[in-house]
Amino acid sequence: MSTAQLPAVAAPPRGRPPKRRRSHRLSRRDRIILCVMAGIPAIVVLSLIWVPALVTVLLSFSSWDGFGPVTEATNVGLTNYTNVVTNYPPFSPALQHNLLWLGFFFLIPTPLGMLMAVLLDRDLKGSRVFQSAFFMPVVLSLALTGFIWQLIYSRDQGLLNAVLGLRGDRAIDWYGDSSVNLWAVLVAAAWKHTGYIMLLYLAGLKGVDSSLREAAAIDGASPARTFFSVVFPVMRPINIIVFVVTVIESLRAFDLVWVVNKGRNGLEVIGALVFSNIVGEGQRLGFGSALATIMLLISLVFIVIQLTTVLREDQP
Amino acid sequence: MTTTARPPAPATRRANTAPAPTTKGRGRRALLYGFLIVMSLSWVFPLAWALFNSFRDYAYTSANGYVSFGGFTLDNYTRAWREGDFSRHFLNSVIITVPSVIVTLLLASMVAFVVARFSFKFNITLLIMFTAANLLPQQAMLTPLFKLYTSVQVPFWLSESGTLYNSYWSVIITHIAFQTGFCAFVLSNYMKTLPVELTEAALVDGAGVLRQYFQIILPLCRPALAALATLEVTWIYNDFFWAVAFMSRGDLYPVTSSLQNLRGQFFTDYNLLSAGSVMAALPTLIVFFVLQKQFVSGLTLGATKG
Repeated sequence: MSTAQLPAVAAPPRGRPPKRRRSHRLSRRDRIILCVMAGIPAIVVLSLIWVPALVTVLLSFSSWDGFGPVTEATNVGLTNYTNVVTNYPPFSPALQHNLLWLGFFFLIPTPLGMLMAVLLDRDLKGSRVFQSAFFMPVVLSLALTGFIWQLIYSRDQGLLNAVLGLRGDRAIDWYGDSSVNLWAVLVAAAWKHTGYIMLLYLAGLKGVDSSLREAAAIDGASPARTFFSVVFPVMRPINIIVFVVTVIESLRAFDLVWVVNKGRNGLEVIGALVFSNIVGEGQRLGFGSALATIMLLISLVFIVIQLTTVLREDQP
Repeated sequence: MTTTARPPAPATRRANTAPAPTTKGRGRRALLYGFLIVMSLSWVFPLAWALFNSFRDYAYTSANGYVSFGGFTLDNYTRAWREGDFSRHFLNSVIITVPSVIVTLLLASMVAFVVARFSFKFNITLLIMFTAANLLPQQAMLTPLFKLYTSVQVPFWLSESGTLYNSYWSVIITHIAFQTGFCAFVLSNYMKTLPVELTEAALVDGAGVLRQYFQIILPLCRPALAALATLEVTWIYNDFFWAVAFMSRGDLYPVTSSLQNLRGQFFTDYNLLSAGSVMAALPTLIVFFVLQKQFVSGLTLGATKG
C-alpha cells in the first residue's frame, strides 16, 4: 500500500522526454527481451481471441456444417443473416428479451445500486455491514444465483408460492411458466447486478472532491439537488463505465438462463441461441456464427465507448 | 489518480451526516436506517434461506412445509457431497483455476511492464488490443475455438481424449487468453504510478530489463497482484461457459459448470439442492469474508484506475 503514495512525489518534474530517450538507450539484448515479453502474450490473445472473432465473422457468410474441411464451405453471402431475421422463430423473442433485460437493468438495479452507494458513502454507523450485504451476491456465479433462487421460485417446494398461498392448481412455476419466467430470472440477475453497480459508484464517489459538495451545501442546495447537479456530472467517467457494464452484462446474459432451462420456452436470449446452434445437436456453424457476429458488432460499439473513456482518462 | 491526491476531509464528512439534531433530522435518520435494514436483510435472504434449509431433513420439510422450524440435520451435506461428486468437481476447479490465474498474471505483468515502463510506438495499440479482448462476448469466439479444439490432435499423455476438446487444457488456455487483457490493463495503470527514477537508477547500474522487471517492478506490484489474483480466482471459479462449451464429459466439469447436471439429480429434494448450493458457494464466500478488500480493490482498480 505504501507504494501508492510514491508517484505524487517524483513523477511530475520528469515528463515524457526522458522516458523516450530511455528506450533509445536500451541495448539490443534488452530490446529483444522486451519484444518477447510483449510478444508472447500478444500472440496468445491474438490467436485465441481476435483471430477466432474474425473467423466467426467470415464463417457467418458461409454455409459450413462443421463436418467437412473449412475449404469446402461455400460463400452464401448474407443468406445466414436473412435466415436469422426472417426464418428463425426464436430470434425475435430473443432480441426482445435481451432488450427487456437491458431496459430492466437500467430502470431497476442500476439506479438502485447508485442509490445504495450514495446512501452508504457517508460516515453512517454500520455502513460497512450494509455494503457487505449488497456486495455478497457479487462474488457468487450467475449459475449459482439461478440455483439459489430456484429454492424460492419452485412450484411445489418454493418459498414464493408458500408465502403467496398458491397451492395445487393455482401454484405458479416461476422458472417454467413462459409468461413469468423472464421476470423471475431478471429479479435474480438484478440481485447480483445491484451490488456490482454499488461498488463501482462507491469507488466513483470517493473520487469526488468533497469541497464541491461543501460549496453546494453552503449555497443551500438540498442533498438530492447537490447529487444530481454537482456530484453526478463530475462522475462522468464512472457513469460511462456503468453504462457500458450494464449493456455488456445484458448482452452477455447466458449462464442464468442456461442453468434454468437452456434458454427455451420464454427464456430465449441471443447468447443461448448462439450456443445451441454451435455446440448443440444442430451444429449449424455458419448460422450460429451470424448470430455471434450480431452480438460481436453490438458489443464492439460499446467497447469503443468504454476504451475512449478510460484511455482518455489516461492522458494527463 | 485523484483519490491519492485528495486530503481527507473529516470536517465536511461530519457536516454531511450530522445535521442539527432536530426532530425532523432524527425522523429522517430513522427512516434511512429502516430502509437500509429492510433492503440489506432482503439481499441476504436468498442465501440465508438456502443455508437454513440445507440443514433440514427432507422428511420434516415435506411434512411441515418449508415455512417451519425444525428437523435439523447434517445429512444433506454428506449426501450432496457424495451424490454430486463434489470432491471430483472441486479438484477439477483447482486444476483449472490455479494454472489459469498464475499464467494470466505472469503474461499480463509482462505486457504491462513493457507498455507502462517504456515508450514504444505500438504501446497504445497493444493496450487497446488487450483491454478490448476481455470485453468481447464469449460467444463471438465460440465456433472457431470449438472446431480448433476438436481437431487439434495431442498425445494421450496430455489429454485422455486425444484432442484438446474434453481436456482441461482447452478451458485453461481460453481463460488465460480471455483474462490477460483485463489484468494487463489494471497492472499497466498501476506500474505507471511507480516513479521513473526507480528503474532509471537500475539502468545506470547496468541492470538489464529482466532484472528491472523481476527485482524492482514485480515486488512493488504486490498489492495489485494480490487484488487481481483474488478477483481472477473468483471469476475463473465462477465461469460456467467455457467448460460447458469445450467439455462434453460431465466428470471433467469444474464446480460451477457441474451445477448444470446437479440440478437434474437433486431436482426432487430441495434440501439437498440447498446443501449443494452452499458448498458450491463456499470458496467464493471465503473470498467474501476474508479477502473482501482485495476483491473490491481489484474490481474498482480496473474500473476507475484509482
